[in-house]
Amino acid sequence: MPRPWKSHFTENDVTPQGMYLSRRSLIAGAAGLGVGSIAGPALAAPQGLEPNTLEDVTNYNNYYEFGTGKTDPAENAHTLTTAPWSVKIDGLVDKPGDYALEDILKGKQIEERIYRLRCVEAWSMVIPWNGFELRALLEQVGVQSGAKYVAFETAQRPEEMPGLRYPVLDWPYREGLRLDEAMHPLTLMATGLYGQDLPNQNGAPLRLVVPWKYGFKGIKSIVRITLQEDMPFTSWNDANASEYGFYSNVNPEVRHPRWSQATERVIGAGLFGSRRDTEMFNGYGEEVASLYAGMDLQKNI
Amino acid sequence: MALTAALGQGRDHVVGRINGVLRRVPAWPLYIVGAVPPIWLFISGVTGGLGVDPVKVMEHQMGEWGLWLLIAGLAVTPLRRHVGLNLLKFRRAIGLLTFFYILGHLLVWLVLDVQILSQVWADILKRPYITVGMAAFVLMIPLAVTSNNRSIRRLGSKWRKLHKAVYAVAILGALHFVLLVKGFQLEPLIYLAAILFLLALRVRLPRRRRA
Repeated sequence: MPRPWKSHFTENDVTPQGMYLSRRSLIAGAAGLGVGSIAGPALAAPQGLEPNTLEDVTNYNNYYEFGTGKTDPAENAHTLTTAPWSVKIDGLVDKPGDYALEDILKGKQIEERIYRLRCVEAWSMVIPWNGFELRALLEQVGVQSGAKYVAFETAQRPEEMPGLRYPVLDWPYREGLRLDEAMHPLTLMATGLYGQDLPNQNGAPLRLVVPWKYGFKGIKSIVRITLQEDMPFTSWNDANASEYGFYSNVNPEVRHPRWSQATERVIGAGLFGSRRDTEMFNGYGEEVASLYAGMDLQKNI
Repeated sequence: MALTAALGQGRDHVVGRINGVLRRVPAWPLYIVGAVPPIWLFISGVTGGLGVDPVKVMEHQMGEWGLWLLIAGLAVTPLRRHVGLNLLKFRRAIGLLTFFYILGHLLVWLVLDVQILSQVWADILKRPYITVGMAAFVLMIPLAVTSNNRSIRRLGSKWRKLHKAVYAVAILGALHFVLLVKGFQLEPLIYLAAILFLLALRVRLPRRRRA
């Protein structure tokens, strides 16, 4: 059992959205007047994790079921019906079944977690998620001893998801984790962000967030969770195994055929915002490196 | 038959009228018109009109416009040969604008996106889509440099041969787009198909001899 995860952040670290936005406009205004000002350290969250604005987080999404452009999901995802919602939980569990979202949320402690999201396309943003630890759900349904992996599936509704018309990936979108990764206290089932319900383009009503892995591992709008012995099929790995490994841990040292992973563009930093160096495990190495002790992460990408 | 002939005549008449008007239109305003979109794009980027990730929008938009211009340039000859529409005098401007748009695309990538010189070089060598895109750009340089009357006179028949390199530029440019998107996406394949179609129209099949 991993030790319980102690958040570095508290409620106080989440800037209320309104205040955040007004601060932004204040700064922008000062800059516009030529006074010149940047957010001082007093305003920044610990470890420099200052959340992106709600506008950034909800208008820059990869959710190919609603289109491959970054703003397509924000434009198209309103068609997705997220209530009622149920999740089929099956495979090697004690209590398989179709779980209504309300039953999943019952008794779960919804926390606020500010995580950096690092996309395989070499950009990053910081998001204040709300959600519960995946392990709480897995404990609720009872994981059987033979289970080694957790497989996830996204909703596949052609009438609500225009992107499904194109064979960009082998739909439905599927992802997976090793059981110990799934049980890790950092692994979050997000139900909201910025203290409000999860917007559709961000994977409403229930999505996975695994902060030390590239963003595509964080499967959206989950309809099925299967506990199994074999390594699950994962969509991006199927599309291009050399670029999208099963593990997909953020790793600045692994040469990626398309994007250098050594640095990342910071979303929201504007036209001249500089890059930052990408950190091993996206900066969560202290918490998760032990999961991969003895594994060659150059090979097991 | 009579109807087809009449339609053909009607079309020829319209094309003839258009050619007549175009004869009186100079080519130089194209440079001014062509400068407007990139300037507008840059101003929008600075003033926050390009959304959350202005760098990527500028990068993609300049590249996409470059591809449009490339396709427009390649369409000039088939339009003349198969439709009778004569846009030849605008081709130099279209070609040079293509070069400047792709130069802009490259500069956005260099200055605003990657920013780190060592990484730029690594990207060019190691990432196939960037290698291909860079090769296309390098091939465009001699074409842009020789886009003046003096070069045409000095190079003579070699000028025509040299400027056929634009066929390779177009294919590499489209390939650059195909390689860079994630998953199986339609848009870059449409550009590639359009370019291959325009190039195929240039192929002169050997005439069949009568028995």
